Amino acid sequence: MEDLRKILAEHPFFKELKEEYLALIVGCASNVRTDAGKIVFREGEEANQFYLIRSGRVVIQLMTPNKGPVVIETLDEGDILGWSWLVPPYIRHFDAKAVELTRMIALDGKCLRNKCENDHHLGYELLKRFSEIMIKRLESTRFQLLDIYGDRS
Amino acid sequence: MATAPDLQSLKVDYKRNPMLPWPFHIKRVKHETEDTFTVELQPSGDLAEFSFQPGQFNMVYVYGVGEIPISISGDPANAKILVHTTRAVGTVTKAMDKLVRGDILGIRGPYGTPWPIEKSSGQDVVFVAGGIGLAPLRPALYEVVAHREKYGKVVLLYGTRTPADVLFREELEGWRARFDLEIYVTVDRAMSGWRGNVGVVTNLISRAPFDPRNTQAFVCGPEIMMRFTAMELHKRGVSNEHIYVSLERNMKCAIGLCGHCQFGPVFVCKDGPVFQYNQIKDMLVRWEI
Repeated sequence: MEDLRKILAEHPFFKELKEEYLALIVGCASNVRTDAGKIVFREGEEANQFYLIRSGRVVIQLMTPNKGPVVIETLDEGDILGWSWLVPPYIRHFDAKAVELTRMIALDGKCLRNKCENDHHLGYELLKRFSEIMIKRLESTRFQLLDIYGDRS
Repeated sequence: MATAPDLQSLKVDYKRNPMLPWPFHIKRVKHETEDTFTVELQPSGDLAEFSFQPGQFNMVYVYGVGEIPISISGDPANAKILVHTTRAVGTVTKAMDKLVRGDILGIRGPYGTPWPIEKSSGQDVVFVAGGIGLAPLRPALYEVVAHREKYGKVVLLYGTRTPADVLFREELEGWRARFDLEIYVTVDRAMSGWRGNVGVVTNLISRAPFDPRNTQAFVCGPEIMMRFTAMELHKRGVSNEHIYVSLERNMKCAIGLCGHCQFGPVFVCKDGPVFQYNQIKDMLVRWEI
């Protein structure tokens, strides 16, 4: 547990989070590993966890009828995977697949959701941090949609 | 297409007139991707060698079709061969794409400002390339690799559209195999067979291994990509004075006379194409320029 606390405390995502909140989050954390090629979660599943990637790589992908799985983004060491646990209806919107042996810290979103309902300061702190991730992913997606490399001659 | 000039019959001193193209023989054409190709050229006649600095461009003339600016993508240490890489997208480049070994192209140049590599001595060097923007950066990479001991960490972050659009694939593999270069490639779109990274190139900046307080960054790609890259580099702690970008505008004369490439107070052909980011950043977001 002390190891987990140290890792979480040093991660930029949890930077400057109050000690009491960090302790709460550590209580919801566990180490997990996923082998290369294994699915971490699938579209349509209940979203009750999110992950902090410690090593390895995970792709976020979407199954398409004609092309098969299309990779949207690759996440690796230090990245946060999954934010659907925070927003109703708490359902995964994409598949996540480990492309190499991946070690992560899994955080129990269901447990954290309840804690956030009871402590809005904690809820606001987490929402702020996840908003940053969501905005960054939205920006990336917009960038991808622009197809900018098609224009330069 | 018009025929190339008979070199023997021409008594023109090309070297003295910046508006006259010098004939170069095509030695080799290599198709890098579906729409991008590289031509290797050899100077003809009295011109035995062609020297340039990384980041400079030439005006490339397809006889009877037209002339366009193209950055030089070859090794500055090899003055015997001139290399250009471009996409077949316009009238001139599409005509160029049809040329074969032995055909002749007219070359004026080299023109413009180079990447200020000499300023990077003792510092980390970060190259950020988007799409065909890797071509103008490649000479600088050659230069840095050739004098590797002069620099700190050397990082290339390269983003392109799909795995099929990755340029200079073999070279990238070679550089990736070296322990003293950090090469990261990402694509905007991929199917699940692609084992590399997927995502925009700016996402690579936050975790790339360099010391932002002691880094020179050279950025080339679509303008919007360069703007966002500069923003991310700045966020990471690289000052705007240490970020350089290469612009592309409507270069015609290439010597600052015609004014076609005027960009606010500067001419891209003469004052650029390589600019310190601070010098042009405010103009990049002004639509009227």
